[in-house]
Amino acid sequence: MPPRANHLGLARNKYKGRPSTLCPGCGHDSISNQIISMAWELGLEQHKIIKMSGIGCSSKTPAYFLGGSHGFNALHGRMPSVATGALLANKELACIAVSGDGDTGSIGMGQFKHVIRRNVPFVYIIENNGVYGLTKGQFSATADEGQFLKYYGTNHMPPIDLALEAVIAGCTFVARSFSGDAKQVQALLQAAVRHPGTSVLDIISPCVTFNNAESSTKSYPYGKDHEIPLHEIQILAPDYVDAKEEITIDDYEEGDIIDVEMHDGSFIRLKKLDNDHDPRNRRMAMEVLERSMREQIFSTGLLYYEEPRPTLADTEELVDKPLAMLEDRDLRPPKQALDSVMRSLMAS
Amino acid sequence: MAINAQTQPKLDTREPVINDFAFSVATKNGSGSQTSNNVLVMSLFRMGIPVNGKNLFPSNIKGLPTWYTIRASKDGYTARKAMTEIVVAYNNSTATEDVANLPPGGVCITTDKIAKVIRQREDISYYEMPVAKLMRQTKVPSAFRKLVENMTYVGAVAQLFDIPLDLVYEVLLANFKGREKPALMNHEVVKLAYDWTADNILKTDPYRFERMDGTQGKIIMTGNDAGALGAVFGGVNVVAWYPITPSTSFVDGIIGFRGLRQNEDKENTIAIVQAEDELAAAGIVVGAGWAGGRSLTSTSGPGISLMAEFAGLAYFAEIPAVFWNITRMGPSTGLPTRTSQGDLLFTHFLGHGDSRQICLLPGNLKEAFEFGWKSFDISEELQTPVFVVSDLDLGMNNWLSEPFDYPDQPIARGKVLDANALNDFIDQHGKWGRYMDVDGDGIAYRTLPGTDHRFAGYFTRGTGHDEFAVYSERSDDWVENMTRLRLKMDTARDMLPQPIIDDASDADIGIITFGTNEEAIREARDWLANDGIKTNYLRVLALPLASSVSEFIDAHKSVFVIENNFDGQLTQLIRLEHPENISHVRPLTLGDGLPMTPDWIYDSLKEQEG
Repeated sequence: MPPRANHLGLARNKYKGRPSTLCPGCGHDSISNQIISMAWELGLEQHKIIKMSGIGCSSKTPAYFLGGSHGFNALHGRMPSVATGALLANKELACIAVSGDGDTGSIGMGQFKHVIRRNVPFVYIIENNGVYGLTKGQFSATADEGQFLKYYGTNHMPPIDLALEAVIAGCTFVARSFSGDAKQVQALLQAAVRHPGTSVLDIISPCVTFNNAESSTKSYPYGKDHEIPLHEIQILAPDYVDAKEEITIDDYEEGDIIDVEMHDGSFIRLKKLDNDHDPRNRRMAMEVLERSMREQIFSTGLLYYEEPRPTLADTEELVDKPLAMLEDRDLRPPKQALDSVMRSLMAS
Repeated sequence: MAINAQTQPKLDTREPVINDFAFSVATKNGSGSQTSNNVLVMSLFRMGIPVNGKNLFPSNIKGLPTWYTIRASKDGYTARKAMTEIVVAYNNSTATEDVANLPPGGVCITTDKIAKVIRQREDISYYEMPVAKLMRQTKVPSAFRKLVENMTYVGAVAQLFDIPLDLVYEVLLANFKGREKPALMNHEVVKLAYDWTADNILKTDPYRFERMDGTQGKIIMTGNDAGALGAVFGGVNVVAWYPITPSTSFVDGIIGFRGLRQNEDKENTIAIVQAEDELAAAGIVVGAGWAGGRSLTSTSGPGISLMAEFAGLAYFAEIPAVFWNITRMGPSTGLPTRTSQGDLLFTHFLGHGDSRQICLLPGNLKEAFEFGWKSFDISEELQTPVFVVSDLDLGMNNWLSEPFDYPDQPIARGKVLDANALNDFIDQHGKWGRYMDVDGDGIAYRTLPGTDHRFAGYFTRGTGHDEFAVYSERSDDWVENMTRLRLKMDTARDMLPQPIIDDASDADIGIITFGTNEEAIREARDWLANDGIKTNYLRVLALPLASSVSEFIDAHKSVFVIENNFDGQLTQLIRLEHPENISHVRPLTLGDGLPMTPDWIYDSLKEQEG
């Protein structure tokens, strides 16, 4: 039987990249897999996507998915600026960016905050494992206070919560997930690529080599036992929208469902679980995140959503055509224009 | 009240000096003297007198001493002179020194208050104005009085040296973009001082301006504006920057000229992002260049330091982007508002590992404009960053120039394959790899993101890669790649602007320089020629060095490399690239924070030649 094809007629394996060189079992590979599935499911055209990353284990992963897309493994902590430049040069490109907790939470904190502030429209995935892998196991800035690691002893600093930082910076789409929760990662990715603004996905993605002890909140065993999804998430694509009302609500009461309408007409349907979190409420999002940090609760799901602000290309008031595709006549004013500037600078 | 009580030099025997002298205006920073000085420069320009203005200013918003030198030269010399014949001493804290610096027969224009403490010389003319009293007579609202007070010296200068009052008004009006109210307010003060000077001061000096036709058809502009205008005509479309003296006005220039590139709906073809730091600015231009934009950043030494890692990445990943380094005096914060040529080696070798960055070295306004557009073509054709190394003197000061020539070459985007061209390439070569050199010039073919072809995508990285852009730590891949990059730089030597050479004479002495020293050297060479010392001349316009540099060195018995830095950086580079037979090459280096003077060059060269 031929493999199942998406609406472009492509099999899923056409969305793969090169084989991963990460440690077997690495959480990052599961996320790459979900990116492949998402792009295949949605039938995205790979040539319209760019893959951006910084430096670190996480940042190697764009080589392992969407082999048909252009990718750029940039500098440590500087992916946001490179993505900003690329998306200014060609605003028609979609961008999936991968960073890590060191890449974002330490060396790249400034660029992380500022790319959000500018609202560059892209999916910013943080593959968060609390540890530096390529340099053999130092604590990152998201490591838990009091945690013990073999080589570096006890961490005495409080962690930085990158989802909270994103909300504070003005991000209009903030989610947290767990690489072991494939279904949720998939749903959040599908929502994030539709969002015309910076979407931050802070995904806890265990490092099987340096930080997978049961005591670590960034480990598989911990994640599997402690993850508490805020909602069950379902994405209703625009073509489903008319049928939205008819979609059966199953066992849920009215009021137990939050339908977040997205910019492209699709909906994120959130089925409430054991809490009252409404991601459209910024204060609630910050409270959930602060309580999660204080009480070490592993809350996952869509934390915050708001109608996107104008993107950077909007505030720059750019012409419709991508700048990279401007014709020579758009790039060079005529001779008369230079002559007129010259005349204005002459003595008489 | 006026000067009658003072001893004055006898001047009747002196010949009038017309259109050939210099002013130094000493004021306090932030006192509004920039407008006054600009009005003087532009008035002389409109009188047809070749003129330049150099701002020697402190790193300060308000209060510290600042000097502005204005030189009029009927012969068209525009270098800064070591000594000015006239000083406007409006800053009590420097007045004593300012007066001491005047040559015998010089002129001091000052206020009655300052005059009390600086009447120490008997061989110069003192012209004192009761500025406070005059200002009380104006109708200028008290809130503005301090700001327009400096117009009193404009009035005195106009009266003493014959600048027509109506011309001053014309210039004021232009300065305020046609707004009459501020122009009239300033002009009232100018006229008051003009009339007072006529009634009260006895002119005892020989200096005078006269209309001539030395500026007909010429322009006055700063190098930053010229470079910015060049970039706009070169098709810049993504600009990212972080404010830093003396490069800030470069981006202000692009913002000013951006309208030339807007469509009929006033939509922009140039995105301009003020980044959070120079790291981000560099990242944005590298990202844009990678995606097919024509991107530019502008900074100075400290910013260049922060851009070093991106410069290395762009060099190795072969990404076009244009970086302007408007050099100021380092190391570290150094002298942030003083000029220097001290970043040459740093910029050329920017990046860790083995990298040699292309540098363009403009020396005047026309080159600032030309390199403004050409840098994008060079960068895209060579698929590498291009650094335009200018300096504060060119960037921020007013220079006189012939009008700029419209670009004489079409926009060049280099070896970019669209989907069809990629098909053709694969038909011809069997396969395509991002770093495959099929032409033997070290330059491979690239595809841009968005290219609708299943083989167009590739993964750009700063780590080792093979010719298909695939991660590789193999030694042979590494060496092959670095060898190709070296070949590409050799290809560049012939593509880059070639040196300006004046070797018409059979002189034994050759002078090599780069950048803004040219005007001072030109004048010094004329003085030397008057003494019977012939010199030939070569000005380097780009790095890596052209082969003609080595030929020039071989053709002269004695070669002086004149540079405005301490260590003789161009000399070091010449020694590195042409190690054979160069014991006769000597650096003449200054690096004192100021634009070079012909006096220093003349003296140093004579001393060295013994």
